[in-house]
Amino acid sequence: MRAPLPPASAPTPPAAPARSAPGHLPALPLRRDDPLDPPPELALIRQETPISRMTFPDGEEGWLLTRHEDVRAILADGRFSADRITASSPVRRINFRPEERPGLMLTMDPPEHTRLRRLLTPYFTTRRMQALAPRVERIVAEHLDALRAAGPPADLVPAFTLPIPSLVICELLGVPYADRARFHAWSAASLSLTAPEAEVLAARDALKSYMRELVDAKRRDPDDALLGTLIRADNDLTDAELGGIGRLLLIAGHETTANMLALGTLTFLTHPDQLAAFRGAPDAADRAVEELLRYLTIIQFGTTRLALEDVEVHGRRVRRGETVVLSLPAANRDPAHFDRPDELDVTRPPSQHVSFGHGIHQCLGQQLARVEMRIAFTGLFDGLPGLRLAVPADEVPMRDDMAIYGVHRLPVAWEE
Amino acid sequence: MRVVADHDLCLGAGQCVLHAPEVFDQSDEDGTVVLLTETPPGEQVEKVRVAVRMCPNAVLSLEEEKEEDAPVVGSSSSSG
Ligand code: HEM
Ligand code: SF4
Repeated sequence: MRAPLPPASAPTPPAAPARSAPGHLPALPLRRDDPLDPPPELALIRQETPISRMTFPDGEEGWLLTRHEDVRAILADGRFSADRITASSPVRRINFRPEERPGLMLTMDPPEHTRLRRLLTPYFTTRRMQALAPRVERIVAEHLDALRAAGPPADLVPAFTLPIPSLVICELLGVPYADRARFHAWSAASLSLTAPEAEVLAARDALKSYMRELVDAKRRDPDDALLGTLIRADNDLTDAELGGIGRLLLIAGHETTANMLALGTLTFLTHPDQLAAFRGAPDAADRAVEELLRYLTIIQFGTTRLALEDVEVHGRRVRRGETVVLSLPAANRDPAHFDRPDELDVTRPPSQHVSFGHGIHQCLGQQLARVEMRIAFTGLFDGLPGLRLAVPADEVPMRDDMAIYGVHRLPVAWEE
Repeated sequence: MRVVADHDLCLGAGQCVLHAPEVFDQSDEDGTVVLLTETPPGEQVEKVRVAVRMCPNAVLSLEEEKEEDAPVVGSSSSSG
């Protein structure tokens, strides 16, 4: 467990890197001290000032917001756009190009966003997602059987945490699971902060053509899964939009949950008291899942919004066209909103974390992610008794180099 | 206490159904919120407050009323 925050006057931890030359603005703090905590510098910034100026890797300057109340306020404020084609990214990421935009509601504002979101919302309701539980349970059971058959040790990422959400989203969308090796590779390249630009663009183009071909095939012969259903339904979606929807749901639908499962498992294994609390009560799973979402905030660099007009925020003037970074990890650890924010407490009552965002873009797939996490965590710890790490915790390779945080591998063993 | 939903704002995130399933549902047609009752009974009030707080788009609000007796169950106000 972490020590409490140092007082504002305490020196910055000596290990904190000099992120900028003197006279230059700082960049988004990235260096973590503890793999399960956000960079400590974020907490210092949050304590000192509600809004601060920062630079982006593209050379632009903009703003950083770290407090829970402010992050929620901006995410619900129509004067800020979700446009990710002109906005700057706080880490080296290659922006969406205009030809990639159709169907990507994530980067749209009303009324364009409203049109797409309304078309998809009925397929992601709480009741519909909860109705998938028996299928998710079967998928989890099959993967546990395979793990037991092969025996310990195992890497849970390829054997459990990645395949489960991948199979679920493939079935939901109507994407052949047999193609997973290809789309896992494209997805990994697109989310990488270190892959060469040409590789990232090639992966994104490959995924785009793959999805367009799939949409063509479904136009000829629509099935009952989501893409086929959207094609048969009475709407005016173009093929390019269907392709964009397919890409967004395929990537957002498996990478996020997969990383929550792996990072959540690591967290339970390094916090046995919390694992006991989670396993102790039959209805503890839902709260535990929410607390893991809050504590781990896998959207580790937060999200961005672009000011559509000049807006005054805490006495500073955010100018039209400037990018604002909303640090979801900092907001989720804000002591002004959460009691003992740096403590993992899986019994915490519902707490308005922002791990799924806030406002009109709040995660469309959140009810699916909840069902998957509840069933997968419960199944894993019931199904593999005595589960433990097969390497020291500090040797688990963390995804510092990826837009979505988590672990690259999770070597474990259990009692046979 | 009366629950009010501004349907035009609802984006179907489903937080309300998660936190107060006895009071909120989502329409099968368009995924937006359906009020199963506009005047939830006393034991539901706390859950409804949580749902109102959790809603990402300020769709839901509560109007406190003086004396609320028999709750009107089933006065569904689906938009879809
Ligand atoms: C634990 C898992 C997940 C996390 C932490 C997560 C996180 C998020 C966040 C933070 C946003 C808002 C981004 C912003 O406002 O800029 C978002 C939006 C979105 N998510 Fe998720 N997500 C998860 C799982 C899923 C799943 C399983 C799906 C699909 C089935 C999905 C589909 C989407 C879509 C389509 C959007 C865009 C919604 C819109 O623009 O209206 N997500 N997610
Ligand atoms: S939580 Fe709000 S936005 Fe989500 S379904 Fe309920 S009313 Fe609609």
